[in-house]
Amino acid sequence: MKREDIAHLATLARIKLTESEQDHLAENITDILGYVSAIGDITATEKPKEIGALYNVMREDVPNHEPGEYTERILAAAPVRKGQYVEVKKILGERK
Amino acid sequence: MTISELRKKFVEGSYTPVDALTDIQKVIDERDGTINAFVDVFDDAMASAEEATARYKTEGENAPALLGMPIAIKTNILIEGKRATASSKMLEHYVATYDATVITKLKEAGALFVGATNMDEFAMGSSTESSAFGITRNPVDESRVPGGSSGGSAAAVAMGAAVAALGTDTGGSVRQPASFCGVVGYKPTYGSVSRSGLIAMGSSLDQAGPLTNTVADAEIIHNIISGKDPLDATTINADTYPLVPLKDTYRIGVPRDFLGTGIDADVSAVFESTLTKLKEAGHEIVDVTLPLMEKGLAAYYIVMPAEVSSNLGRFDGVRYGLHVDGADLLDDYMLTRAQGFGEEVKRRILLGTYVLSAGYYDSYYGKAEQVREMMRDELDAVFKDVDILLTPTSPVPAFKIGEKSDPLSMYLADIFTVPANLTGVPALSIPAGTVDRDGVLLPVGVQCIGPHAGDARLFDFGKKMNGEL
Repeated sequence: MKREDIAHLATLARIKLTESEQDHLAENITDILGYVSAIGDITATEKPKEIGALYNVMREDVPNHEPGEYTERILAAAPVRKGQYVEVKKILGERK
Repeated sequence: MTISELRKKFVEGSYTPVDALTDIQKVIDERDGTINAFVDVFDDAMASAEEATARYKTEGENAPALLGMPIAIKTNILIEGKRATASSKMLEHYVATYDATVITKLKEAGALFVGATNMDEFAMGSSTESSAFGITRNPVDESRVPGGSSGGSAAAVAMGAAVAALGTDTGGSVRQPASFCGVVGYKPTYGSVSRSGLIAMGSSLDQAGPLTNTVADAEIIHNIISGKDPLDATTINADTYPLVPLKDTYRIGVPRDFLGTGIDADVSAVFESTLTKLKEAGHEIVDVTLPLMEKGLAAYYIVMPAEVSSNLGRFDGVRYGLHVDGADLLDDYMLTRAQGFGEEVKRRILLGTYVLSAGYYDSYYGKAEQVREMMRDELDAVFKDVDILLTPTSPVPAFKIGEKSDPLSMYLADIFTVPANLTGVPALSIPAGTVDRDGVLLPVGVQCIGPHAGDARLFDFGKKMNGEL
């Protein structure tokens, strides 16, 4: 794994890394992938993948609390709010 | 100090919840400056202790089972109005807006929350060294780690700052610190305890479990926090798995091939002497082979980071948690996550992103899920022959702070604990002896693994093994 590969993964994962972090992580992740690649030595069964012990856990799609009951508590945690909204930067238009 | 001893005294009135909390505050004042088991000590605990003390006077033995019991909670479990930090800068100022289901259940039982305990950041680690709020030290030997990721919970119980603690276990994070600190640690059957209100790490692996001084106490806590929860669709019913009967004596399987290499000689000696004692107590010990278990660690370090990379996608600096302002929205994300996450978290997110990426999915994640399925079949087959499996909890005793600086060597310490998470079966770590290191006797735990829904059997066997019955 090269520095460019790590830089690409970091972009996908939305994490800005310094060059020294990229080099360090490239080394670690190469080692770890070397170790976990041992999984390739196991011959997998042809058995189709089973669903777990539980499936199709359903409930009625109905409101289960009063409108606005949690609004204030949730908005209070937001880094930037505007009235009843969480505010984010605009995503359309020219990039600065 | 055990829950049943405290309960008796609380009901009699010979020792009250106020007395217990006062003694605990002394322990915290004397030792926690060095040990650092707690991220937060709750300042409203004494008011709860006073209320509990008054209630025992009027209610006596009709008081709820855990009334006034001082319990510590890992800082990745949500308590309404308290910080839930996951020991990360990302959530340093995050205050929970609701109770986790396990907390609701503990509150109904009257529990008193002493504080929130330190952990590896987002539960990623085996030593509590990756916390953003400083390392936790092992109360038995302060130059050593308490294990992790629930290291603060284990240290709190071991130093007497709580009668019990809750931790979370994704690959051994309750059992391994329990082993390192000399307490009991329990990872229940997957689905028996609700994950609602736990800060998720690996959703197909995570379970909350107790750290306590006795197996009986672990059973008390587990029975209170477990049960079907409409807020967690993966919680199981009483009849999801076949009934697992209790027995007078058990047939115990020892996976010798799995225990082959890499175990510290003194840990091995403690394990063998445990087997001898169990045989003398009338249990039958047989060798079994579990060829896939050793490969389990490789499957774990594929599945877990994959789930981590997905679960931690939510920390974007928009709705809650740290926000670092950048040039545009994308830049906000990139900077928030760069500054909010520590090195181990970044490493696992990138690893997870890699194993899930196009072209690698089948050879890593797809293959690891197949191996998990095969491991379940292998265990099911072996549990047709034996009642319980026994291994050391960790191949080594508590290591020195800073000793394992290479991530892969840290990962290898989880070899015996991850199979229970990958397959969903319950596992219990019980202190079984000590090893001498530089004149200090370090605790060593033995792990008992049961079949799916074999929780009650593990507690029964554990109480027998630990001399509680």
